Amino acid sequence: MEFEPVIGLEIHAQLKTNTKIFCGCSTSFGAPPNTHTCPVCLGMPGVLPVLNKKVVEYTIRMAIATNCKVERRSRWARKNYFYPDLPKGYQISQYELPVAQFGYIDIETDGSRKRIGITRIHMEEDAGKLTHDPDRPFSMVDFNRTGVPLIEIVSEPDIRSPEEAGAYLRQLHSIVRYIGISDGNMEEGSFRCDANISIRPKGAERLGTRSELKNLNSFKHVEKALYYEINRQKEIIIDGGRVVQETRLWNPDKNITTSMRSKEEAHDYRYFPDPDLLPLVVDNEWIDALKKTLPELPDRKKNRFISEFNLPSSDAEIMSSSRELADYFEECIKEFPKPKQVSNWIMGELLGLLNAEGKTIDRSPISSSNLARLLKLIDKGIISGKIAKTVFEDMANTGRHPEEIVEKKGLVQVTDVSAIEEVVSQILADNLKEVEGYRKGKKKLIGFFVGQVMKETKGKANPKIVNEILKDKLAE
Amino acid sequence: MKITRDEIVHVADLARLELDEKFINKFAGQIGDILEYVDTLGRIDTKGVVPTSHAISLINAFREDVLEKHLDRDLALANAPEKEDGNFIVPKVIG
Repeated sequence: MEFEPVIGLEIHAQLKTNTKIFCGCSTSFGAPPNTHTCPVCLGMPGVLPVLNKKVVEYTIRMAIATNCKVERRSRWARKNYFYPDLPKGYQISQYELPVAQFGYIDIETDGSRKRIGITRIHMEEDAGKLTHDPDRPFSMVDFNRTGVPLIEIVSEPDIRSPEEAGAYLRQLHSIVRYIGISDGNMEEGSFRCDANISIRPKGAERLGTRSELKNLNSFKHVEKALYYEINRQKEIIIDGGRVVQETRLWNPDKNITTSMRSKEEAHDYRYFPDPDLLPLVVDNEWIDALKKTLPELPDRKKNRFISEFNLPSSDAEIMSSSRELADYFEECIKEFPKPKQVSNWIMGELLGLLNAEGKTIDRSPISSSNLARLLKLIDKGIISGKIAKTVFEDMANTGRHPEEIVEKKGLVQVTDVSAIEEVVSQILADNLKEVEGYRKGKKKLIGFFVGQVMKETKGKANPKIVNEILKDKLAE
Repeated sequence: MKITRDEIVHVADLARLELDEKFINKFAGQIGDILEYVDTLGRIDTKGVVPTSHAISLINAFREDVLEKHLDRDLALANAPEKEDGNFIVPKVIG
């Protein structure tokens, strides 16, 4: 029997505000424990939370960017449960009336586009951080993160494969960073993902029993955990068993999911409207004003790169994957207007270098202008593509201009026909056996001769001229 | 509205209250009485009345995203039964 997975994702993104959602405490990461707290976020009796306006603005930006309907009226709810990272005994969240609903984004996997629905986006406060002592029977609680603003983005169960889940997640990640509402740092937990997944026989209408996966804190983990879970559920069903509804934790060291709690122990949150916080009303003027502050979004940028610069879709996808990379690319083609060559160099040499050094594009040792200058040198025939790669390495190490490196190291390409002819004659005279072989029909030997000439000229001979001269001389 | 014994046990469990048998029955009766009293509201004709969640009609109280003073850490931890290295200490919880 063939199965199909049905996947929905819940994503939490931490908003990049200066202060917490309901009090003026700092949101910055990594401070000593319990130094970013006040009576409000510590949940002292009698305090009054007041909503940070920027949280609402950032959330509306996200709602617009994901084609959601921004609700005119929404409200806050208390989600009640006991856990030591939650000082009040409830989390302030939104339940019945979230701020935005009914959105979508388009994703692309293997060249085909698909629309993934977004059920809702709501705002809520984060909980504190627990550290478990490995040797002693206690846990330590740090409330610095308590009250840091989050948005939760809930997708429709429209996702049908781990690849689609990965594409959806990357797309949302790219959007939050484009519109500047979250730094999207997965390691620091500012972008987190839970997945609901069930499987059913292909073509069936009815949904299977789902499990909820937690602790998926990197793009890779999300796809791996989903693959694992699909196979686990498949095996249970094939063996005649039944999948139980439960929460499972991804273990990245062992590459497995393990049961965390079953539905019988599932929480009963007893949501009710928070009487401390007033209803939120967002009018059209406010939405329109925020709409004007949004930059060009990744999907639109990608399409523009395809139509305006004639880039292949895969190149456009990478060039638009972050705002900084897109800016770098566009700055580069302003100075060197051959987009495909620019994207080739960015995808090959530049991203290779940055990945190897664990850097992002804004920390690139080679500026967009210097990369453009290097490409101009190749284009004008001053250096060969091969030499350009060594110049590139030198630029990365020294930060110097390509022209300076080429000049100082004497890397200018030899285009002087008579000088190349001289080398070619010498090579042919030294390799009479190969010359004979070539003339008898072993045409592949041309590569050998080119290689010898390049070796002799240290890669500086213009390859086109070398080829022409070789063919002429070998035909004699 | 009557409340069942099981519901009392469930609610007590959610509130982390330990109840012995005697109290379960006592509270079932008392809470049942309270709920019955609240049920009188259900007899009012509310046709055409919009559901409300707040007793006052204000909306949109905001603060600007401006940093304020933090509580001194010793003060934040002053009521902690146990503390260590600036952390609150609680019995071990996992999962």
